[in-house]
Amino acid sequence: MTQNLRVKSSEFIDETNRISFKFDGKTYYGFKGDTLASALIANNVHLVGRSFKYHRPRGIMTSGSEEPNAIVQVNPNSNITEPNARATEIEIYEGLEASSQNCWPSVNFDIGGINNFLAPLFPAGFYYKTFMWPKSFWEKYEFFIRHSAGLGKSPNTRDPDIYDHRNIHCDVLVVGAGISGILAAKNAAKNNFKTLLLDEKNELGGSTIFEANEDNKINHNSASEWLKKEINELKNIKNLEIKTRTSVAAYHQYNYLLARENLTDHLVKKDKKNKIRQRLLKIRAKKVILATGALERPLIFNNNDRPGIMLSSAIKKYSNFYGVACGTKNIFFTNNDSAYESALSLHNKGIKVEAIIDIRENSDAKIIKKINDAGIKIYWSHTIVDTRGYKRLSGVSIMKLSNDGTSVIGSKISISCNCLGIAGGWTPAVHLYTQSGSKLTFDEERKIFIPKTDTKEQISVGSCGGDFELDEIITNLNYKLKNFLDINKTDFEGITLENDHETSKRNIWLLPSDQTIGKTKPFVDYQNDATAKDIKLALREGFRSIEHVKRYTTTGMGTDQGKLGNMHALGIIADIAGVKMGELGTTTFRPPYTPLTFGTIVGRNVGEFFDTFRRTPMNDWHIKNKAEFENVGQWKRSWYYPKEDETMHQAVQRESKAARQSAGILDASTLGKIDIQGSDASEFLNRVYTNAWSKLAIGKCRYGLMLNEDGMVYDDGVTTRLGENHYIMTTTTGGAANVLGKLEDYLQTEWPELDVYLTSVTDHFATASLCGPNSKKILNKIIPDLDLSDDIFPHMSFKEVLIDKIKCRIMRISFTGELSYEINAPASYGEAIWQKCIEAGKEFNITPYGTETMHLLRAEKGFIIVGQDTDGTMTPIDLQMDWIVSKKKYDFIGKRSLYRSDTMKEDRKQLVGLLTEDPNIVLEEGAQIISELNQKPVEMLGHVTSSYFSPNLNKSIALAVVKDGKNMMGRKLFVPMENKNISVIVANTVFYDEKNERLNA
Amino acid sequence: MFLINCPYCGERDQQEFKAGGEAHIERPKHPTELSDDEWAEYLFMRKNIKGVQFERWNHAHGCRKWFNMARDTSNDEIKAIYKMGEKPPTQ
Repeated sequence: MTQNLRVKSSEFIDETNRISFKFDGKTYYGFKGDTLASALIANNVHLVGRSFKYHRPRGIMTSGSEEPNAIVQVNPNSNITEPNARATEIEIYEGLEASSQNCWPSVNFDIGGINNFLAPLFPAGFYYKTFMWPKSFWEKYEFFIRHSAGLGKSPNTRDPDIYDHRNIHCDVLVVGAGISGILAAKNAAKNNFKTLLLDEKNELGGSTIFEANEDNKINHNSASEWLKKEINELKNIKNLEIKTRTSVAAYHQYNYLLARENLTDHLVKKDKKNKIRQRLLKIRAKKVILATGALERPLIFNNNDRPGIMLSSAIKKYSNFYGVACGTKNIFFTNNDSAYESALSLHNKGIKVEAIIDIRENSDAKIIKKINDAGIKIYWSHTIVDTRGYKRLSGVSIMKLSNDGTSVIGSKISISCNCLGIAGGWTPAVHLYTQSGSKLTFDEERKIFIPKTDTKEQISVGSCGGDFELDEIITNLNYKLKNFLDINKTDFEGITLENDHETSKRNIWLLPSDQTIGKTKPFVDYQNDATAKDIKLALREGFRSIEHVKRYTTTGMGTDQGKLGNMHALGIIADIAGVKMGELGTTTFRPPYTPLTFGTIVGRNVGEFFDTFRRTPMNDWHIKNKAEFENVGQWKRSWYYPKEDETMHQAVQRESKAARQSAGILDASTLGKIDIQGSDASEFLNRVYTNAWSKLAIGKCRYGLMLNEDGMVYDDGVTTRLGENHYIMTTTTGGAANVLGKLEDYLQTEWPELDVYLTSVTDHFATASLCGPNSKKILNKIIPDLDLSDDIFPHMSFKEVLIDKIKCRIMRISFTGELSYEINAPASYGEAIWQKCIEAGKEFNITPYGTETMHLLRAEKGFIIVGQDTDGTMTPIDLQMDWIVSKKKYDFIGKRSLYRSDTMKEDRKQLVGLLTEDPNIVLEEGAQIISELNQKPVEMLGHVTSSYFSPNLNKSIALAVVKDGKNMMGRKLFVPMENKNISVIVANTVFYDEKNERLNA
Repeated sequence: MFLINCPYCGERDQQEFKAGGEAHIERPKHPTELSDDEWAEYLFMRKNIKGVQFERWNHAHGCRKWFNMARDTSNDEIKAIYKMGEKPPTQ
């Protein structure tokens, strides 16, 4: 039987709605409104996980997103499982299942717990130091380290949930719906600002809403009652959108924020169905009001991590908000007055408080008297030196602090308890503020980092701005809001405020123990098991930068990003190094504030939408004819068309032969096409291509090579002159967008005087490339009226024709070395024209071929593919394409660079052909080329860029770039592979039909 | 993520734009008359300053127009946006 620690009805919990859920396989009950954490505590379950390194038993520490310990696997063993979810944020629903992480076989009996007793062997940097030697053993170590690394388990099937993105534009964004955020949002909206109010919790009101301190009053009412009325009024305000369960993850420049809105995680399974689970809000706000509140600090003392040790503020929230007692015998340990409020809250609900241990010498706050009246013993100027209890706290030992706070004196007092509330003061939640690029300043007296500046676009209000007490918060909020929104009056101006003030302060980052530090475990980062001892070790070993200490000790590197202990780490470093905390700075606060699911980040961009495909107008035909596809940029291109059970090699060999012996057809629609018009079009082409263009006659085509300004080949393609001032340029498939961008750049910025207009028409035309000795006969069947004689329609010329009344452009150009025609039809007629070619070509056994055959055929001819045979370091001269570089033109892009000392060097890597000594061996593309077999280290002369078995030559051919290759014709080189050295002979790049006789065959 | 005021389209999200490096580097009119060093100066040498930097930007997924921007690289504040061919602001 589990114990029921529900102590008092709470207005935030619906006790008529009982909910069952499973934790570690066992069924428990809670109520609507409970979090997994509050429901577990109500069932007296504190042990929920094991720590990362030492596998120490850990319990619930907090009540919010800062939770370091209670991270669980939700819905384990299902496709919607989620690791590292914070039990303090999971709202329970009927059917919820969760389990502990980082323990085996169970959280109660965990084999890894042995690490705790071996802890002296695992100091900071243990892995770095130990597994370095001998070097060759790393692979063996890695297996075991990986096995024990990582928290939780990722799902191993597809995520079935739907995620979404939404853009929001608003005048004022308010982050955090505590008292400051609510008043700020309300006043912004009332003054006609389009306002958005976000809070990560499901209820508005922050910590004030469950405030029970009778000394805090607004207009003579309790602060919580007053705030509830304010919240009620929000419903009637126009211009105000409120989103709960929405956590701001990132705050980028220009008031661009990302927030995760959780829509269905709290619903039962059937209500989740077909609904969006989480939505990423992309918010552009004219003004941002940060009201993110403050996080309570723990205290750093020996064994401060046992289940049952919690933040004092969390204990208060569990009792006041959820109506749950965290323990039956409670102790508080504090350095400020706030723990007294928690203690009094418990006492007033009949929950036993044994004692309060305060490191201060005294306090004159009003609440002290109430604690005294309640008969709760206060130990002034004492500290906890040790705690007891393995899976649950059973007691603490306390001693008196010395005056300077560095040691303990007197005798040890032992007090038994099962819950300890620790209160180390408050840290303003400045995470989002710093993410936005704003700077912090250190308040030496209060030991807090606070925002340095407010701007016209951003302010921090409430406790995240360093105002902790009610009168301070409201007064400063009123003043700041009026300035920020440029309004004369707020609706809360002039309310009466009463509250207690804290006057006594004492801060000790690392509390002393009666034992030496080496024998203690004062945890600074609970999740990563980093102790104050580790930080001291890091400093002793010479680390000084806070960023280095963080990485060496892993402090602040868990899923909680050190929200609790980072300040203490800084404080301890400052103390030891003898510097001021303000000078030390902080580690960088990086987004996200709390972890995001991958689903939220990608939204709808999954599966087919992750990277969209482009398909040609003939795509359906390719699919029907069993094409295999290849991705080229975003395009899906036919790769080859296997017949029956042909392998790729067999299909390509067949296609290649057919294209040279009779007829082949290729879908070339993906080539980039740019329409160029204007009275200066010829001059423009002269400037962007290496060869001359002014004399190209209308109706003729020319191959052009485009360089970068550094002289390296950038793109190539055939451009056709359609009219006096009209050209159509083709580019490589992958280079189309970049070429257009580059040309636009020159036109707009360097040569604005040119009358030239560029339009991308890639998608407007479908291109069927007919190739082979019978292509002329096929084309003649399709367009009998067109004179295809070499005189009228020679190689490198163009005709505009009608095919079935469809206006088509036909270019007689060739990338295969065969007689070849490219038919360009309007995209919507692409498939029809293609079909027509196939029909007409049947009697010639027309063979559709894909990109692989195209590559093979052009390689036989030594035609380059930019991006395969070039890599941004090849000039036209390196490619042995001197013929295309005009010597007469005064200038073109990249010309000057061809005469730089480096590009003029004789022994640059140059494109050559390679023939293997054994004609049956096909080289691997990318393989290295050497000249000496027994040299160490061996000089790498170059690499293979294209390699195929040529069915038309019946031997292996390859293109390669080789240092000084031009001077190596006929030389024997080697291609070293894993088990053999392949002998190759340097050859001409043109392997087939060197005289280009087949173009007119 | 910047909010960039395209001089032709108005305020748009940074993801519609492409940065194009340092502005006001004019392509030499007579490259062949330059020494290797002078050409290299144009080709390779770019400033990378902390402070206000003049940059070229292109509204690549919008009007495709190029324009100039004065941006403080230390805090990413956009000080000015002006059209191609216009002189950079003096302050």
